[in-house]
Amino acid sequence: MSENQNINYLNHPKGIMSWLLTLDHKRIGLMYLFSGIIFFLIGGLLALGMRLELAAPGNDFVSNDTYNSMYTLHGAIMIFLFIIPAIPGALGNILLPLMVGAKDVAFPRLNLASFYIYSFGALFAIYTIVNGGVDTGWTFYTPYSTQSTSNVVPMTLGIFIIGFSSILTGLNFIATVHKMRVPGLTWYKLPLFVWALYGTSLVQITATPVLAITMVLLILERFLGIGIFDPALGGDPVLYQHFFWFYSHPAVYIMILPAFGIISEIIPVHSRKKVWGYKFIAYSTLSIAFIGFLVWGHHMFTSGQSVFSQIVFSFITYFVGIPTGVKIFSWILTMYKGQVSFTTPMIYALAFLFLFTIGGLTGIFLGAVALDIHLHDTYFVVAHFHYVMQGGTIIAFLAGLHHWWPKSFGKMYNQKIASLCALGVFIGFNGTFFPQFLLGLRGMPRRYATYSDQFSELHTYSTFWSTILGLSIFIAILNLMWSLRKSNKLDPGSNPWGALTMEWTHTSSPPHPHNFESDPVFTNGPYDYDKVIVEPTLKK
Amino acid sequence: MSHNSSSPDFLHHHFHDVDQQYQTSKFGMWAFILTEVLTFGGLFVAYTVYRSWYPEMFYDAHLLLDVQKGMLNTIVLISSSLTMALAIWAIQKKNKKLSLWMLVITWVLALGFLGIKYLEYSHKFEVGQLPGIFYSYMGPEVVNIDNPHIFFGIYFIMTGLHGLHVAIGMGLIAWLIYLTKKDKLHSEYYTPMETVGIFWHLVDLIWIYLFPLFYLIG
Repeated sequence: MSENQNINYLNHPKGIMSWLLTLDHKRIGLMYLFSGIIFFLIGGLLALGMRLELAAPGNDFVSNDTYNSMYTLHGAIMIFLFIIPAIPGALGNILLPLMVGAKDVAFPRLNLASFYIYSFGALFAIYTIVNGGVDTGWTFYTPYSTQSTSNVVPMTLGIFIIGFSSILTGLNFIATVHKMRVPGLTWYKLPLFVWALYGTSLVQITATPVLAITMVLLILERFLGIGIFDPALGGDPVLYQHFFWFYSHPAVYIMILPAFGIISEIIPVHSRKKVWGYKFIAYSTLSIAFIGFLVWGHHMFTSGQSVFSQIVFSFITYFVGIPTGVKIFSWILTMYKGQVSFTTPMIYALAFLFLFTIGGLTGIFLGAVALDIHLHDTYFVVAHFHYVMQGGTIIAFLAGLHHWWPKSFGKMYNQKIASLCALGVFIGFNGTFFPQFLLGLRGMPRRYATYSDQFSELHTYSTFWSTILGLSIFIAILNLMWSLRKSNKLDPGSNPWGALTMEWTHTSSPPHPHNFESDPVFTNGPYDYDKVIVEPTLKK
Repeated sequence: MSHNSSSPDFLHHHFHDVDQQYQTSKFGMWAFILTEVLTFGGLFVAYTVYRSWYPEMFYDAHLLLDVQKGMLNTIVLISSSLTMALAIWAIQKKNKKLSLWMLVITWVLALGFLGIKYLEYSHKFEVGQLPGIFYSYMGPEVVNIDNPHIFFGIYFIMTGLHGLHVAIGMGLIAWLIYLTKKDKLHSEYYTPMETVGIFWHLVDLIWIYLFPLFYLIG
């Protein structure tokens, strides 16, 4: 480290304009992070509102119409405004160039543009919320979405616009991984988070344009009555579902692949052991990205497909389980005989392993046609989806946030509180969503504000634990924000977890405005714990 | 920033050298081309689905399109691809004047394409060969056709999106003309021209698919 230890990307240059017009990937990443967290909180409050309504049968707090709006906004905001943009946009932006030893992403101006496109799209979403919501469900199925008088157009327009931000981020990352790596950093020496972002980006640039075109067709259907999705005009509403899921199934992998990447980083670092099956994990990422394009029909088993398509889609769906299983086993084998330390990121990572496995296995249930006919549109699907998306992606996001927080800000949070919150999230999450599997099996349909008395016990239980879940996440985020006070400052050279990836070993925390003070020299592989000795600087 | 005094002014600070910058820009454009292919791909799927459902309607409805104007537009757009390529060749050979001329011709041809498209569109608007509920044409050719508005819906969306690409391309070519005139582009650095060139060839290529699929059915 040189004499300029006090210069870092957070304090240099100064002034609000230097943030708003920054081309620095780390600052853009932070802007994504904070806007993402705001939408996460809005989406979370909507979820808690729904749980409150469902605490007892009957319309207790909100009308059916309001409830319809709540679940639609909850889904649309969480997916399109938080999960899809926030993990690649925030953690990906901050870390990717650092991990490959580059001074920035390949196209910094495009990167800033993509953030503003996202913000512009978000304005439409905010307008939708203020203007009374939208009641079609986040999937915007026709024919209802072409007839509903709620704000379908502003919301879908917002999603259309945000799609471009997603495409540009993906494009930027792909070019960065291909062309900006430091000499000596070959493909098989890339950190697995980079592989994960690479797979995600491939899906982003190939699937998102199809969503964009679908949204355009939906909007045109409403304005011009082009009839493509309207049977009265010779069209087919099921075609909408095909288009929508052709994007939205791969989009599930846009959401989960970065999470896999985060877990692949955290487990070796906190187990102090070389990752097991590096190439298996890397290639399973690419195969999930690829297979993800071939399974969209499993969302439509009850929409009137031929039996042949059902069998084919069901069969291909099972294939997703193979690379996913490969990852899970690789992570477990990484921990085997390692020095596992129960730090906050690791607690989240272990919670991820447990919850994602449940989420993944229940996905196999739903991939089976016969079972899906029974479970379709029930709480079983809701529970499965949340085990994968919240138990998987959001827990991995929290894990990553706690893992790279000292890197991004040079501050350490209160680890006791953070670890307690991680436990609270794990317990609260299971308490909230496990009963929903049972509800679904017993036939409770999704998207209803009321239900018959037989379901009330499980619903009340779910609502009770959802408050623990919500509170734990809220305190966890508050704890992170609280850590930004001056007194928590870390030594700029610190490597609290003793990690070997370049963002820890080659630059200060927080990093220099140009990432590395001098051109970095690639020295060791990302997981060479068998060759290199690096001590965690964190005092227990 | 720590790059040495010899680094040229067009080299952005985050690249090591000119070659890395050139390769990265080109790579980025190719990745974008992939996105574009998927964008139109969705619409080609819609086209395929409805053509397989209504093969006779597609045949009958396509007779209402103006093949001569479509053919002319194909020639115009292919020529513009040639002049675009020549502009890049000229700037590589340090012939600024020729490059500028070729860019201007490309721009004019693009304008010509949109002009011809305008004539086609305005005729369709006049007679009511329009998408969806706006379809009102009831000429003798269509009495036996079911749902011709679907054909025109897909026709207008696909050629409209393509036309939008042509218009964006015109903006980009105008920008290239400006850069070349100001000597910002030269034989050492012509990356923007090359990447816009790739984009322009894609616009051309999409039209080469659209033309037979709409105008030459049967």
